[in-house]
Amino acid sequence: MKKIFYKEWDIASQTYWMILAVLAVISAIAGFAVLHMEHNGHWVTGMSNQIVWGTPHVFAVFLIVAASGALNVASIASVFNKKAYKPLAPLSALLAVALLIGGLLILVLDLGRPERLIVAMTTYNFKSIFAWNIILYNGFIAIVAFYLWTILDRKMNRFYKAAGVAAFLWRLILTTGTGSIFGFLVARQGYDAAIMAPWFIIMSFGFGLAIYMLVLSDFFRLSGRPLGDSVMFRLKNLLGVFVAASLLFALMYHLTNLYGTENHAYEAFILRDGGVYTAAFWIGQILIGGLLPLAIVFHPSLGKSRAWIYAAAIMVIIGGLATIYVIIIGGQAFPMTMFPGKTVIASGFYDGINGLASTYSPSLAEALLGIGGIAVALLITAIGVRMLKILPMSLADEVADPHSAS
Amino acid sequence: MKTTDQTDHKRRDFLKTGVAASAVTLAPGIVMHTAEAAPRDKAVDSSVRWGMLIDSSKCASGCDSCVQACNDENGLEAYSMPEGADPEKWDQQRPKWIRSVTLKDNLSGRISNLPLMCQHCENPPCADVCPTGASFRRADGVVMVDRHICIGCRYCMMACPYKARSFIHENVDIKPELAPRGKGCVESCNFCVHRLDDGQTTTACQDACPENAIIFGDLNDPNSEVSKALAEYPSVQIRADLRLNTGVRYSGI
Ligand code: SF4
Ligand code: SF4
Repeated sequence: MKKIFYKEWDIASQTYWMILAVLAVISAIAGFAVLHMEHNGHWVTGMSNQIVWGTPHVFAVFLIVAASGALNVASIASVFNKKAYKPLAPLSALLAVALLIGGLLILVLDLGRPERLIVAMTTYNFKSIFAWNIILYNGFIAIVAFYLWTILDRKMNRFYKAAGVAAFLWRLILTTGTGSIFGFLVARQGYDAAIMAPWFIIMSFGFGLAIYMLVLSDFFRLSGRPLGDSVMFRLKNLLGVFVAASLLFALMYHLTNLYGTENHAYEAFILRDGGVYTAAFWIGQILIGGLLPLAIVFHPSLGKSRAWIYAAAIMVIIGGLATIYVIIIGGQAFPMTMFPGKTVIASGFYDGINGLASTYSPSLAEALLGIGGIAVALLITAIGVRMLKILPMSLADEVADPHSAS
Repeated sequence: MKTTDQTDHKRRDFLKTGVAASAVTLAPGIVMHTAEAAPRDKAVDSSVRWGMLIDSSKCASGCDSCVQACNDENGLEAYSMPEGADPEKWDQQRPKWIRSVTLKDNLSGRISNLPLMCQHCENPPCADVCPTGASFRRADGVVMVDRHICIGCRYCMMACPYKARSFIHENVDIKPELAPRGKGCVESCNFCVHRLDDGQTTTACQDACPENAIIFGDLNDPNSEVSKALAEYPSVQIRADLRLNTGVRYSGI
């Protein structure tokens, strides 16, 4: 393996500012959406007292989960000492921080009282997994930023290994914490499962890697730096493994639910009668997010096409959003069983009358906020690679592949 | 709200007389307990646990007196539908502390009615999950939200097994004195805590129920009406499987 040289992202100024401008405009539009929602109150959104977490939470949880997954590439390099991944590590760490900030921003801006963020940062209820998550998120940003420093600064290099291990452990706890946000909701049928936390970890691997692959190939293409097949093929194989594992966990989750009689109604709802949730599950989560990308990356010819690999990564992201949508919104829409053996025939509060699910249709503002979070994450990434020596000059096969001849 | 006012006057008169008896019968079926109510300047302690027994068999179909009384007492109708809102969606967004639920037994077809509100859990999941501690349980068993530190994350609403909480989705034009509130925070039934803190011992819903289906009082006092009724009739907690030890119990569901 040749020596790797890193350099700031040297695309033409014009292109760079153009990219920043586009991302900034998208973020600004999201900003206006937030002002609209906060000024009027949440009644302008699709959320209600039944569906209390809506589309912003889908995007936020997706990004937060993906953030920890994006760090994986770096962890493989530093913790598991795989040389081939080392040149990929700086971008992995930067992306992890950027995605997390994007996700958190959405979460904060959707609060009923976002201006009280300082309260959330200073008043903790240590019984709350949510409070722990606030600490975990802040810690993640700090640790990964330090880790990035150890990579970029020769003087700090001696802390590289330790920082890498710390970041890796922290990301595992962080995703467990995020998954536990749902796992702790004992009253809700769709969430009360121990498998939730490990399932989130597995999902994070796939989501984060998919985003990483897209960003890596786009950033390299834009700057005309060579990115060889060996890197992309290695990553896509990894993606295939993660996607397969996610499918397996989804299967286990639903099978365990089917095993317990009390969850049959919930399973019937997601798997068969849930309308949009059933569609999001089968078409989004299973087909687009699972089977199709799996087929592509392991297909003898499609799996060798960079365009198809790119498409597979996009599918994993779309499927990932669908998965989180089913979990968050579907889990709330399904009526809670309060009176076993009885049917609610009337209620002043839509308690699943005759077993009917709650309705939710996302508003434009909510979706814009979610997309804005992604734009902010990309903005941070773009500025980061422009200012810091994050990207290798070349990841051509003869440079990046430790087994190549030279 | 005539009944309430009368009750209040009588109660005040009663206080003036300074009789130390722990209970007094105001009207047939309405028994008031006074000894346990702590004055405002004294911190509440756990010698009292407020609770309620609701006799669903007395709850008449179509009656919404308790819901109305709660709305009036706590100013829940200080919200008008925002211009341009979809009425159906709005109905799911406006605050409702108490709702009337009609159930049909799947086997026998028997119909029952009951009011459902915050169950004032002894181990409240809402307070457990709240990141800032805005959701909390007072020593006297009342679960409520400190609206000064609630950030409006709605995690408590996700956690409550009874969907007892409302998020304030809109601007509040009139700020009622009894229940301060604002857009972006979460709230729920607080057992008319302003009354309890003023030394009263009834809730608005209880006073309003024409069938006396709601008995409110101190669960820790074996001589309170509610404790006696609980000892006498079979009662249940909704979702007893969650072991939350709710302060609101039901009979005759
Ligand atoms: S019923 Fe809901 S809101 Fe009331 S104490 Fe229990 S969990 Fe909290
Ligand atoms: S909405 Fe308010 S009371 Fe509920 S969990 Fe969040 S901060 Fe606590």
